[in-house]
Amino acid sequence: MYTYRPVDTFKDEDVHILDREERWFERGVKEAIYVKRKRPSLNRGGDVTWKVKANDRPYHQLPEFKKKVFLCIKKSKYSGNAIKTYKYNVITFLPLNLYEQFKRVANIYFLALLILQIIPEISTLPWYTTLIPLVIVLGITAIKDLVDDLARHRMDNEINNRKCEVLLNGRFQEAKWREIQVGDVVRLKKNDFIPADLLLLSSSNPNSLCYVETAELDGETNLKFRMGLRVTDERLQEDHQLADFNALIECEEPNNRLDKFTGMMLWDRERYPLELDNMLLRGCKIRNTDWCHGLVIFAGGDTKIMKNGGKTRFKRTKIDELMNYMVYTIFALLILVSAGLAIGHTYWYEAIGTKAWYLFDGKTQTPGYRGFLSFWGYIIVLNTMVPISLYVSVEVIRLGQSKFINWDLQMYFAEKDTPAKARTTTLNEQLGQIQYVFSDKTGTLTQNIMQFKKCTIAGRSYGSDPFYSKIQPVDWSWNRYADKKFQFMDHSLVALVRSKKDKDAMEFFKLLSLCHTVMVEHKDGDLIYQAASPDEGALVTAARNFGYVFLSRTQDTMTIREMDQEMTYEMLALLDFNSDRKRMSIILKFPDGRIRLYCKGADTVIYERLSPNSKHKETTQTALDIFANETLRTLCLCYKDISAEEFEAWSRRHKEAQVTMNDREAALDAVYEQIENNLMLIGATAIEDKLQDGVPETIAKLAKADIKIWVLTGDKKETAENIGYSCSLLTDDMEIHYGEDVNEKLTRRQASRRDDPQAYRRGKKKTAEPFFPGSNKNALIITGGWLIDFVDMACECEAVICCRVTPKQKANVVSLVKKYKKAVTLSIGDGANDVNMIKTADIGVGISGQEGMQAVMSSDYAFAQFRYLQRLLLVHGRWSYIRMCKFLRFFFFKNFAFTLVHFWYSFFSGYSSQITFEDWFITLYNLAYSSLPVLLVGLLDQDVNDRLSLKFPKLYIPGQQGTLFNYKNFFISLFHGIFVSLIIFFIPYGAFLQTMGQDGEAPSDYQSFAVVAASSLIFIVNLQISLDTSYWTFVNCFAVLGSIAIYFGVMFDIHSAGIHVIFPSVFTFTGVSSNALRQPYLWLTIILTVGISLLPVICIQFLSKTIWPSVGDKKYEMELKEDDDKKKPSAFQRGRRSRRSAYAFSHAQGYADLIASGRSFRRRPQAHGGPQESIREIPRRELTENDRRYEV
Amino acid sequence: MFRVSVLQTTDVIPSKEKSRCGRVGGVSRSEKMVKQESESANRPDNTAFTQQRLPAWQPILSAGIVIPGFVLIGLAFIGIGVALLVTSRSIQVLELDYTGDGNGSPCSSCSQSTTVNCKCSLNFTLDTLFQGPVFFYYGLSNYFQNYRRYGASKDDNQLYGDLSYFTSPSSSCSPYDYDGSKNPIVPCGSIANSMFNDTFTLTRTVSGKTDSVPLDGKGIAWWTDYNVKYRNPSVTPLKNAFNGTVKPIDWAKPAYELDTSDASNNGFVNQDFLVWMRRAALPNFRKLYRRIDASGDYQNGLPAGNYTIDITYNYPVRVFNGAKKVVFSNVSWMGGKNEFLGIAYLVIGSLCVVMSVVMLIVYAKFKFPDEE
Repeated sequence: MYTYRPVDTFKDEDVHILDREERWFERGVKEAIYVKRKRPSLNRGGDVTWKVKANDRPYHQLPEFKKKVFLCIKKSKYSGNAIKTYKYNVITFLPLNLYEQFKRVANIYFLALLILQIIPEISTLPWYTTLIPLVIVLGITAIKDLVDDLARHRMDNEINNRKCEVLLNGRFQEAKWREIQVGDVVRLKKNDFIPADLLLLSSSNPNSLCYVETAELDGETNLKFRMGLRVTDERLQEDHQLADFNALIECEEPNNRLDKFTGMMLWDRERYPLELDNMLLRGCKIRNTDWCHGLVIFAGGDTKIMKNGGKTRFKRTKIDELMNYMVYTIFALLILVSAGLAIGHTYWYEAIGTKAWYLFDGKTQTPGYRGFLSFWGYIIVLNTMVPISLYVSVEVIRLGQSKFINWDLQMYFAEKDTPAKARTTTLNEQLGQIQYVFSDKTGTLTQNIMQFKKCTIAGRSYGSDPFYSKIQPVDWSWNRYADKKFQFMDHSLVALVRSKKDKDAMEFFKLLSLCHTVMVEHKDGDLIYQAASPDEGALVTAARNFGYVFLSRTQDTMTIREMDQEMTYEMLALLDFNSDRKRMSIILKFPDGRIRLYCKGADTVIYERLSPNSKHKETTQTALDIFANETLRTLCLCYKDISAEEFEAWSRRHKEAQVTMNDREAALDAVYEQIENNLMLIGATAIEDKLQDGVPETIAKLAKADIKIWVLTGDKKETAENIGYSCSLLTDDMEIHYGEDVNEKLTRRQASRRDDPQAYRRGKKKTAEPFFPGSNKNALIITGGWLIDFVDMACECEAVICCRVTPKQKANVVSLVKKYKKAVTLSIGDGANDVNMIKTADIGVGISGQEGMQAVMSSDYAFAQFRYLQRLLLVHGRWSYIRMCKFLRFFFFKNFAFTLVHFWYSFFSGYSSQITFEDWFITLYNLAYSSLPVLLVGLLDQDVNDRLSLKFPKLYIPGQQGTLFNYKNFFISLFHGIFVSLIIFFIPYGAFLQTMGQDGEAPSDYQSFAVVAASSLIFIVNLQISLDTSYWTFVNCFAVLGSIAIYFGVMFDIHSAGIHVIFPSVFTFTGVSSNALRQPYLWLTIILTVGISLLPVICIQFLSKTIWPSVGDKKYEMELKEDDDKKKPSAFQRGRRSRRSAYAFSHAQGYADLIASGRSFRRRPQAHGGPQESIREIPRRELTENDRRYEV
Repeated sequence: MFRVSVLQTTDVIPSKEKSRCGRVGGVSRSEKMVKQESESANRPDNTAFTQQRLPAWQPILSAGIVIPGFVLIGLAFIGIGVALLVTSRSIQVLELDYTGDGNGSPCSSCSQSTTVNCKCSLNFTLDTLFQGPVFFYYGLSNYFQNYRRYGASKDDNQLYGDLSYFTSPSSSCSPYDYDGSKNPIVPCGSIANSMFNDTFTLTRTVSGKTDSVPLDGKGIAWWTDYNVKYRNPSVTPLKNAFNGTVKPIDWAKPAYELDTSDASNNGFVNQDFLVWMRRAALPNFRKLYRRIDASGDYQNGLPAGNYTIDITYNYPVRVFNGAKKVVFSNVSWMGGKNEFLGIAYLVIGSLCVVMSVVMLIVYAKFKFPDEE
């Protein structure tokens, strides 16, 4: 038994962004209030040690605020506002970069090798055989780092030099961001980025309200509002007031909690509490507010966004890990072999060496000591089993694959001019091994665009499917308020509404225009709606186009235009939405004194509350079924007339509930329940949550490739289930299990331990509500076994949807699967709430959509549309994996074949660590003679083309199972290498025994032998890679022939007279190639060596392909046979489906609180006062890209 | 957009792919994309390379290629093998061991004494003509010229005639860089020091009369060694270049007096020295000693008769269980006698043919199971 900690694998500092939990904002406020009231001790002392004095720069340099930096150098603990993300400067680049590079074990290894080679006693290979490749490797990496760092320098410079207005010497002056200091007062204008964490002092809006866009922080594009303290609002409007401002702020130390801030302002001997609500955080953008003033509390590195910047987790691929283990295996092998040969040398020296007078070297070393030296000598000689170029080549291949992803036109989204982007270049082959995909819903599967598609009014359905009609969309020109982008296909409904004959239809749209929490603003004569959720925006916009235009609201009135008549209603109560109620109501007093309640909500909750007299129940029900079948999101609309007395009575209870201290929400819900009954049904709306293009096809494809897809969403169960069906994640042949059943199952499985479900992930094929709704403070004690069972069970399912999960929970789900399933996971999302999950998964994919850039910034791959995922995985991932595996297998093989020749030669050279090849050949073998063809295979090879990869998703499965590169393949490569090295040594050995050349000179000298063996090796590896290449382009051809040509070219040069004349002791193989290679006998030796090495491989490949054809082979042949008679895929079928309905609000609560607080309105207008007045005073908002989508 | 991309994928694949080694890819593109080009700054290039559609050939190991291929290669190898074997068989080799480790052997007394220039002789009889040209080799066994430190023990700069290395030989020559009284040794190093110093003369006894067989010691080393790699310092007389140096410890004569009969065959370009300096690959090796000069009676090789090799026995090999021999051999286009390659070719060739049959059977069995 161990204690379950909610943060399990996540330390607080790992959580980079605030959770997009419901009502985080309110929670923060409440927490602050709680802290203030209940634990006043927290307000002073303790962690409240950050003191900021307004307009007093020297204050922050006081000795008490110094901290020790280095020895006795002290610095103020307050950071300046300049940020520094770069790593190197001119002086530190070389040492730091080298230090970084030598942190890699491989580089250290080669450095150690280099040092060994300098020791003359054991230097079996000249130093340059290691130094040249090492310098090239380090150089390439250093250049890459340099380029990266230059980009960071540029970026930092750009940001640090942004301009903003700072209050200096009593007036506002333009200054650069880097010059801002803690305690400064700054003025920001509309659309400015906030340069530091500021305390909002005042703004141009009433009550110092200030709207901010937090997209860069949390990905939400809805505007949020921040309020200045009343006291600062009142007393800090003018420049001179601000200049005299001298408050002392005491608050918490800088931290990374984006959802929390507590502090205290001491001004004129008064204390004022500060909350997150008063703060403007760096990274946000000022919207809708002409100007505002702020006091810098945290600057630069102390700001919350920078504190959140955390290190990006270094991700490695499975292949990386495997490769490392294999390199360790090779090291072990190397040490074993060297030790064996060293022992051999000891015995040989004792038996022969001591007697061979000609070997006398003047040293009195014992054979044992000679053996010891020989051990190191062999370590050097055989080090090429792990060539330096392995790591560089792998990097080059990955870089190439990333480029191909960036270049892929079929992952380029023309509408937004967005190409796919591989942001990490080290993970490509992992894309070919994905077993689990975790997807966000909103913005990833869906476009997050809601469209009013259909409706049913009084039992009659309207809105035809545009797919099957050629009807022109309705022309809205008769309505000057209409949103031009709104499209509706059913002309009859418009006619009906315009005729004003149908009371129900009029009531229907009136309800839509009145029952909501949308805020409106007027700009250039146009109306702009700001809705808490896109659904709501869509409904109000629909009403607007049908002639019921929501014009303005005040704290307690609503003004709409009903066709051509402006009407103002008194709003008596607003019964806001929450996820339990699944409905919202508004109680209005009509100009004629009637009181009516309008309600809209999920059909399940509405039907329970309908009056027995309500008509159209069955017909509406039928229509709802039809809508749900079309995966539309439905809402039922109804009304209720309330008598004045009834309302009076209820209103009293309501007011009581409003002031309840304990569990106010429950009390309010209970009161709401009392009035929301006996409703009269008007009709229902159907909104389309538009899926992105190609989502169902993509999901079906991925499912066929045995990739399990989990959807993790903050949405409610119904919405998520709906989407699950519409994107064919859920199909009708699936049995849906909900979290509740799962719990039972788990309980049954583990009868003894339970009692606890784990409030976090629920959901098995469908999820459940949390066990402890709305609360985060439950202690849980669960055992590991339960978790494993849970994961096992979830993984048995074809599809899993987790609803109502917070970002942290999303990440927890991912890490749970990673941990217990050891599976390769991919997360895909678009919003800041997906960042955790993206960072946790083995691969993170960001959708570069409308939401902020946070997801993209923390992702490994980014593209514009979910459907590109299939191409990324099934084509690029698969290719990358296959290429990388092929490359590694071959690379290990070619170095075993190369290096082990020395091993065989040892037996005939007294174990003296004599190398078989010329040292220059050893230096250049991996660099020039054998790497290009295999590199090209790693870059370009395709076993099947992209079309077949997509057509047969099953081809993806070998990657998931990791069958193309594992220890088995490694040992096959090893044995293949041993075999080839045997051939390369022993065939020339046999040929060289007791023979002589054509012209009588003995060709059996060492140098000729080296040339023959080397030439055989070059032919073998280059022809072998040709055999392994399945996609022969002219580049491959060129590379293979080129490598052989380079080998001969370089060899003849090195063996030429000219170069010997210049460096007599460096190039000692003078004339060898010309002497050896004019002997037909040696050519015949080479041919035989090559033949024996390659023919068995061909034979085995042919036999195994015939006997056990691989999936790819079969598919390929199949494709060849029946190329044209492809079956047309059966049309997308919509089977019978259960009705799915959802309340249409996606995340947050509406603006009811704000509306009710009245803070956004300066004065309360007269009850039926002119609407113009209130319109003018409503905060203005600019039309932005993000808003447009609410006004579809 | 999705439909467009589907169209593209199908567009891109030419129908030629049906053929076994179908071309994949192609440069055809839908032209509609061109229109948008101007508005799309980030649009990736549409080239065959960036889109991974380079024209390519996908080779497949099909039965139609592999099986006949194996038969052809097998037959070719058998052909080569037969040619090699026949050639090798036609080469005559005469090998005589003169280490002298048996009591009966002629050089046993020399092998046990430490006398300098100990003389012994070997006799042999040829019944038929030893077809010329005949080469005269000496052979050593269990002699590790390929030992790493031995091989490194020389100074290439010195051997290239660089006088500055005469006075200060490279440390790689140690312990043969300086003698006991710190005089530099030229040529330095183990290889030079251990130069083979037995000498041979060959005489033929024809009807009681002994006739010395003419031996040619010119051109027995590689042309490149003689002309490029090794060079005497351009000092005349050569002896002066060696002023202040001493001869290698085990040498009887200094380098400039190696061949008293031919002034140009001295120093580092002495043919015997060059032959010795070219290290053998394996512990049992032969090195060319002389050619039988094809003149007079020896126009066609060594005629039948009784021969005597007079040996000046200096080189100790018995201490390390080595052996010394003299070898006479003639050569063919493939060089000297060696049956290994011919046999290997025959074996591999036959295996290829056998395997082609095996593959044919397996292929038939798995591809057409119905007919079985």
